[in-house]
Amino acid sequence: MAKYDYVPSPFMANSIVKWVDHRLPIFTLIDEQLVKYPAPRNLNYLWNFGSLAGIMLVVMILSGIFLAMNYNPSTAGAFDSVERIMRDVNYGWLIRYIHMNGASMFFIVVYIHILRGLYYGSYKYPREILWWLGIVIFLLMMATAFMGYVLPWGQMSFWGATVITNLFSAFPIVGEHIVLWLWGGFSVDNPTLNRFFALHYLMPFVIAGVVLLHLWALHVHGSNNPLGIDAKGPQDKIPFHPYYTVKDAFGLAVFFIIFAYFVFFSPYTLGHPDNWIEANPLVTPPHIVPEWYFLPFYAVLRAVPDKLGGVLLMFGSIAILFLLPWLDTSRVRSARFRPAYRVFFWLFVICCLALGWAGAMPAEGVPLLVGQVATVWYFLHFLVFLPLLGWFERPLPLPASIAEPVLGGGKAGMVAATKPMEKA
Amino acid sequence: MRTAKLLIASVLAFGLGLGAASAAEAPKPPAQKWAHTGFFGTFDRAELQRGFQVYKEVCAACHAMHQIRYRNLAGIGLSEAEIAAIAKEYEVTDGPNDEGEMFQRPARASDRFKSPFPNQQAARAANGGAYPPDLSLIAKNRVGGENYVYALLTGYKETPPAGVTLMDGMYYNDWFAGHQIGMAPPLSDDRVTYADGTKATLAQQARDVSVFLAWAASPHLEARNSLGVKVMIFLIILAGLLYATKRKVWRDIKH
Amino acid sequence: MAQPGSTTITEGEGRKHPDGTTRRDFLYLSAGAFAGTGAVLTGWAFIHSMNPAADVLALASTEVNLAPIAVGQAITVTWRGKPVFVRHRTAEEIAKAKEDDKAALPDPQPDARRVQKPEWLVLVGVCTHLGCVPLGQKPSDAKGDFGGWFCPCHGSHYDTSGRIRRGPAPANLAVPSYAFTNDTTIRIG
Repeated sequence: MAKYDYVPSPFMANSIVKWVDHRLPIFTLIDEQLVKYPAPRNLNYLWNFGSLAGIMLVVMILSGIFLAMNYNPSTAGAFDSVERIMRDVNYGWLIRYIHMNGASMFFIVVYIHILRGLYYGSYKYPREILWWLGIVIFLLMMATAFMGYVLPWGQMSFWGATVITNLFSAFPIVGEHIVLWLWGGFSVDNPTLNRFFALHYLMPFVIAGVVLLHLWALHVHGSNNPLGIDAKGPQDKIPFHPYYTVKDAFGLAVFFIIFAYFVFFSPYTLGHPDNWIEANPLVTPPHIVPEWYFLPFYAVLRAVPDKLGGVLLMFGSIAILFLLPWLDTSRVRSARFRPAYRVFFWLFVICCLALGWAGAMPAEGVPLLVGQVATVWYFLHFLVFLPLLGWFERPLPLPASIAEPVLGGGKAGMVAATKPMEKA
Repeated sequence: MRTAKLLIASVLAFGLGLGAASAAEAPKPPAQKWAHTGFFGTFDRAELQRGFQVYKEVCAACHAMHQIRYRNLAGIGLSEAEIAAIAKEYEVTDGPNDEGEMFQRPARASDRFKSPFPNQQAARAANGGAYPPDLSLIAKNRVGGENYVYALLTGYKETPPAGVTLMDGMYYNDWFAGHQIGMAPPLSDDRVTYADGTKATLAQQARDVSVFLAWAASPHLEARNSLGVKVMIFLIILAGLLYATKRKVWRDIKH
Repeated sequence: MAQPGSTTITEGEGRKHPDGTTRRDFLYLSAGAFAGTGAVLTGWAFIHSMNPAADVLALASTEVNLAPIAVGQAITVTWRGKPVFVRHRTAEEIAKAKEDDKAALPDPQPDARRVQKPEWLVLVGVCTHLGCVPLGQKPSDAKGDFGGWFCPCHGSHYDTSGRIRRGPAPANLAVPSYAFTNDTTIRIG
């Protein structure tokens, strides 16, 4: 791919910058990866969600560090210390609500980011490892969120922890030992809370590390785009800065408006009321539900009456994502040119929502049935529909280049070629 | 356009998922009109003080408020002297002193509200096995919050509907999950006498104490609202500025 | 953005005003300033969360009953997590402290300014050098060369008014703000 001409910024010409850069090329790195990094010119606002997720990780780490300064990880003191943060610590309520609602925001952003990848086929060649790393991040996020939810030591914290750790007892022979090992005792108790706190503090930094790998993999071949075709030449790309920095910044501001609405005006709608009751190991709440972002997986877990089967199915629902690049046999990436896949994509979204709804309901009657049907659909989507679609679907004709549809036919392509993105 | 539609659809989709999460088994109590809801909501100090009086003279006989300290009453508009006077009415255990003994002393502003029972077991034993829940967070840990508190306090029926047999020592309440509640109807007309001359009807007392409990659960609600409005205005202006910048930067790029 | 001598024009370059600034630069600047202000204010909320919280501030005063302290005795109480020395001074100690007002003091202050009632000396028991707790409260303690306190960490000597007399400490032992609520009770803080 030909490099387009780039006007160097005066910053890079500064003598101190040059001195540092000669020894540690950090400015060159930033310049190449964030400033002049060539991005497809046609990215839509759905491509904002990657950077939004990155920002949310930073928001969560920062607010979490300040919460940890006032948190007491013991069964006797955890609930009161969180209430102290809410009542006595200066701006403690603000920091806690940012962290609490931030978790939900982080998951919304990541789910949209994943769905965008599914819709536009971003997991296909040559981005398979990029996709894997994304799933690893998602798994780490789920572990982190789960352990974080235990820390306030409310009723849902305790019973959520009990139920989820008990999943591992489903495995024959080793199961019981794994559970005892996870707990560090004979039930979810002080040692469990202590280690969950330690790990909850550690995991975000592990996530940050995998995020760097994710970005590295991304920057090898660059972003996919709504057309799903590779960039043919410099006329298809524009430098990341200022075009996408400003677009990301605008998207971030809009996202923060929604985030702020929850933090300031509706801080507990996304949580469960029972978690404002201190944990009581002798009284189980009538209806244990995880936080909303786990509901679809919870529905898969409960879809099978068999304990081990449910656990395997739940882990399988995520594991199957690793195989997705090979299960989807179509060579066309974007759903824009795949009329049949587009239908199945939206059916898949509905399937996930149905799972979420079923997960929130008691596992009986209609919700259970819906959960079971949706679970079957979920696996059929990956194991049957996607492989078959690749063979039977007739994709629409693809445009010749990214620049073509926006600039018009071949003539416009000529116009683009005269643009300064190319060598003068 | 397609992008926008996709975006809206995804957000909506997740929104629906959330709605389902808050399903509950008890009947949903009707929403009352409160001064403290909405973007600019504030608490009515007179109402809070009356509500505190109801808590102190009625509820506090059985229900603790572990998270609240006497000094917090500054938030309902009481002065330092008034708070000190209220605190002094209670004896709390402190110590050990230099002889190693625990001793009783009058409560100070920095002490937690004195609990009616020394521990949960004692509370349970004194109430026929039913634990009177701590009220500090009741407006957050019940579906419906203060609406639920109000509905419950005004929802007792002297005679249960036909076909319902109450267990011994239980009372019928429209809004309690399962309808059988161990708490006797706590309020009745003129259960307390308000200093400000407000007529102490059952509904008035229920309302006042509901507001007080809403405050106790979210003492920073007013600060949150006022900061929230400022933050929202700030973010909307920032988003506007960034949108203008984005338009300007992208104006010559066809995409 | 275009550099002199460069033959390329960046696509999307804003229209130039006569004075050479563009509307784009103005927008960059205002949006950047706005976002920066927001970031600083948010940062302040986070930093402020590390300041003493409401419950800590509420415990900022301690009451001490003086009645059981005999002449010549001293007790240590805790105030804001630090030791406070309360000494019931003997007549000789008071006389010595007043006499030394005229001595060469590293941190000159008359005894009368350091007590409210001459027989009661109230001090924050933290050496002004590096924060150790000086000896001298118990009868068996070393009291230093001036009959007051002696800091074992780096050898600072304090007199019967708690003033620094010899050693590395730069200042006298601090007197906390306190008030007599009645004849035998003080409230520190």
